[in-house]
Amino acid sequence: MRNGSEVGRMSSPQPFRGPDGGRIDRGRTLAFTFDGRRYRGHPGDTLASALLANGVKVLGRSMKLHRPRGVLSAGIEEPNALLCVDWGSGLIPTVRATAMPLLDGLEARSQNCFPSVNFDLGRVLDFTRALWPAGFYYKMFKWPDWRAYEWAVRRAGGLGRLPGGADRTGYRHLNGHCDLLVVGSGPAGLGAALEAARRGEDVLLVEQDMEIGGSLLHDPMEIEGAGSDDWLAAALAELAGMDNVRLMADATVAGAYDHNLLTIHDRSAAWRGDGAVESFWKVRARRIVLATGAFEQPMLFGNNDLPGIMLAGAVHKYATRFAVHCGRRVAGVLNNDSGWRSLLAAHDNGTTVCAIVDTRSDLAPALLDAAEERGIAVHRGATPLTARGSFGVQALRFASATGPVRQVDCDLIGMSGGLNPATQLYSQAGGKLRYDESRHCFVPDRDPEGWEAVGAASGSFTQESGTPVRPCAAAPVRTGGQWLDFQNDVTVADIELAVRENYVSVEHLKRYTTAGMAVDQGKTSNLGALTVLGQLTGRTPGEVGTTTSRPQFTPVTIGAIAGNRRGDFYSPPKRLAAHDWHAAEGAVFDDYGSWKRPACYGPDREAAIAREVLAVRQSVGLFDGSPLGKIEVKGPDAAAFLDRIYVNNVLTLKPGRVRYGLMLNENGIVIDDGVFVRIADDHFLVNTTSGNAERICAWLEEWHQCEFFDMQVVQSNVTSQWAVATLAGPHARGVLQSLPGLIDLSTAGFPHMSFARGRLADGMPYRLQRVSFSGEQSYELSVPSNRAVPIIERLRAAAGPGELLPIGVEALMVLRTEKGFVHVGVDTDGTTNPLDIGFGAVVDRKRRDFIGARSLARPNDRRADRRQLVGFEPLDANASVPAGAHFVAVSNGTRRSEGFVTSACDSPTLGRTIGIGLIERGFGRKGEEVLVYDNGRNTPVRIVDPCFYDPAGERMRA
Amino acid sequence: MLRIPCPFCGDRDEAEFRCGGELPREIPQPGVDDDAWSDYLFNRDNPKGLVHERWCHSFGCNQWFNVVRDTVTHRIHAVYRPGEPRPALDGPCATAAKSGG
Repeated sequence: MRNGSEVGRMSSPQPFRGPDGGRIDRGRTLAFTFDGRRYRGHPGDTLASALLANGVKVLGRSMKLHRPRGVLSAGIEEPNALLCVDWGSGLIPTVRATAMPLLDGLEARSQNCFPSVNFDLGRVLDFTRALWPAGFYYKMFKWPDWRAYEWAVRRAGGLGRLPGGADRTGYRHLNGHCDLLVVGSGPAGLGAALEAARRGEDVLLVEQDMEIGGSLLHDPMEIEGAGSDDWLAAALAELAGMDNVRLMADATVAGAYDHNLLTIHDRSAAWRGDGAVESFWKVRARRIVLATGAFEQPMLFGNNDLPGIMLAGAVHKYATRFAVHCGRRVAGVLNNDSGWRSLLAAHDNGTTVCAIVDTRSDLAPALLDAAEERGIAVHRGATPLTARGSFGVQALRFASATGPVRQVDCDLIGMSGGLNPATQLYSQAGGKLRYDESRHCFVPDRDPEGWEAVGAASGSFTQESGTPVRPCAAAPVRTGGQWLDFQNDVTVADIELAVRENYVSVEHLKRYTTAGMAVDQGKTSNLGALTVLGQLTGRTPGEVGTTTSRPQFTPVTIGAIAGNRRGDFYSPPKRLAAHDWHAAEGAVFDDYGSWKRPACYGPDREAAIAREVLAVRQSVGLFDGSPLGKIEVKGPDAAAFLDRIYVNNVLTLKPGRVRYGLMLNENGIVIDDGVFVRIADDHFLVNTTSGNAERICAWLEEWHQCEFFDMQVVQSNVTSQWAVATLAGPHARGVLQSLPGLIDLSTAGFPHMSFARGRLADGMPYRLQRVSFSGEQSYELSVPSNRAVPIIERLRAAAGPGELLPIGVEALMVLRTEKGFVHVGVDTDGTTNPLDIGFGAVVDRKRRDFIGARSLARPNDRRADRRQLVGFEPLDANASVPAGAHFVAVSNGTRRSEGFVTSACDSPTLGRTIGIGLIERGFGRKGEEVLVYDNGRNTPVRIVDPCFYDPAGERMRA
Repeated sequence: MLRIPCPFCGDRDEAEFRCGGELPREIPQPGVDDDAWSDYLFNRDNPKGLVHERWCHSFGCNQWFNVVRDTVTHRIHAVYRPGEPRPALDGPCATAAKSGG
């Protein structure tokens, strides 16, 4: 950033800046650049006012047709003056110059143009624009298909370019409460804030501008007998002195949600080059006063999008607040008194207005007198036809009341199509609007609970003479184009086309023409579009209605919405207690659910998996099973409760024993599986699939609290309290038994599916269950999580150097596939019931009701042609078959899917490819050959039993 | 975002809760016929007006309770605990209410 004081008073003249006045600090000068050229402005300027002061008229190009565009407005509704801006915090695209404070050293660039804003090759789209009417892409890009054009259309679309590199701005989320939240700090908002604050209410006043005061900053008036400058100073002093009042400037209420929750995008600390912070607030308010004012609407006439055509209120605001006179000879195009007020005030403050064209005939005498006093020519009952010029305005042509076409030479047109209350937040909150015919705008009609609109936002505009606003839309001119949505290049002709194609609902119109879908969200275009739509279809604007406003009110940085939820904070990964130990062993980590777990150990994935599988089959492997879900269920009714949850019989399980079980939802679909342990008569340990513990614990809670609330039982998720070291393989017992203090592990004393707990010789508590997911002799040893590394190290030492290989999740998946053990959610989906995976006998043996039982009795759940779990072997032992490939049946030349592969792997144990899957009538088809189809390739496979290895289970019981 | 009066903790933001959907009818007896069973499983009243819902204060006390909410205004008219009788409601919205079983 350059130092502003250096350039200080040497500033070159700003040709359109008045010699005095304005709320700018002329004692200091800020240097900035636009498209590489250097300019100067003052503190208090916006980027737009500084550019206008320097006579820069063309700031950008429209999105579709690349027409030159200048500043339209002086506020947040700006559709045209969108720039790429860098103030030391990186390049930010599509910044509204009218709402961007001027900062020293700021660099601004035009966007959507090449090679420059004044000569843009994209303008060819404008010269050929008859080819690109509304919805052209729905009609033109159909042959051969859309994808042939997509890349080019996507490149042409959009405005700015995304900045590269990391975002240097900080973002934070904050929460607040208040009795009254006032949106907007004009006279109406300040008045409401003062009144509530004096009553002792907790008041939050939010203003999107960098300065508090709203319209008073550019439109002084008399309030309570004083000049508004004095009144404003007094009001601010009073509010600042009260502890129950908070004032926020440079912060926009962006969204209104249920029960009076509002979001605020606070940029007050965003304009620093380093350490910039944007805050995103969620504030719950008892009451909300909406004092957001109104948006002035444009007029419709040919070429009304030329640079140098501005809203009358903007001409006024630039003249008074910034002492910037945007033109030397201003012509007004008006249909209402508010526009008159703006232009007269602009004239009185040094912006010369030469003529006013008003579409109304019956103007108030006071207006005519005022014009005469100032030497302004007035053309009543006239119809504006077209603006002449190419990169700026040269003249305005209009049809006078008596008919002849006349012309006014001018370099700026100030237009006003009336005011439309800024009711976007009101609508978001559920408020209903009503069309006010005399003012030609939509005003609040039915307040949401706790809401009140005041001032211009309620439709009460200052100093109206009583002559109604004359709706401006659809001048009789068809040449030159009359723009409704400046940014998206939507013209009256586009609305006509949409009507011809029967898009006559305002919601359809918006989506078909893209009117109102630009950065400004139709703040200056929705009313015009729906008015034209109404005129073309014989309806009033009230009958046409408005589209629904949704958050955000003005653009909010994605970063502000995300806050700190980025990087690892987006979804914090869970790490194993022994994470670093695994890393030191060369573990390759993958995401399994929310857990980071070792997939395998070593860079060569296939070799590592094969090595680990064979270690378990031939000697012993160590698996970190800590994420295994562990839920304790305790209480006098624990057994009866779980008996309703599981498909299996829980009541007959003896303490110290383990049983494998399935859980279903009420529709009879398998939602989880795992073993459950009876630790004592009234105490169970439920194991769930890794990553599923929270969901199943919540499931148990819901059933207990909502349906079985008379049962005495509690459940608690203890998954992360225990680290689990699983030893699997023929040597597992030998290694484990050498831990001093452990119980006798001999199969006679501690057979497969047993559980024990106690303390090791050194006092470390442990839980031990002999269960197997690998098909080998296997022990799951649980110790408190903080002892994970010591227990692994001791097991390793017990095994001897190099004897205990760590194994990863991928090897375990191969081991369990070799055994045909299902992995719920992989081998089952949202249609799989327990009968489909071979648990029909268990279901039928259980005589008591359990969750899902009734559903399994439906005919559909017992159909013979359901997809059932089978194993398969490709006839070519080395053929690879991916999960997801389909079993296809071919009959009479037609092919039909009979099911799909759910798991498949290259089995190091068997030296061939194996897999399991779900196929229609699978249980009865063992030995049959079928085709597996994948990506154009058919692989013949033979259907076999899903258990490929040790079907009798002798190894795991050994 | 709704402001929900948890009967155990008081007013909290919706983000702390999990919605369990419209309150199901009482679970039918196991011997019920297929039509009645699927009606219980899949059909909900989905009224315009007052609806009885089940919510869990999952980032708070982890307790389930019932909420009477107006689906048009989102206003919450009452909360009550599982097993408690449904509160009698009158007022402007009650005409739109269905008993919900």
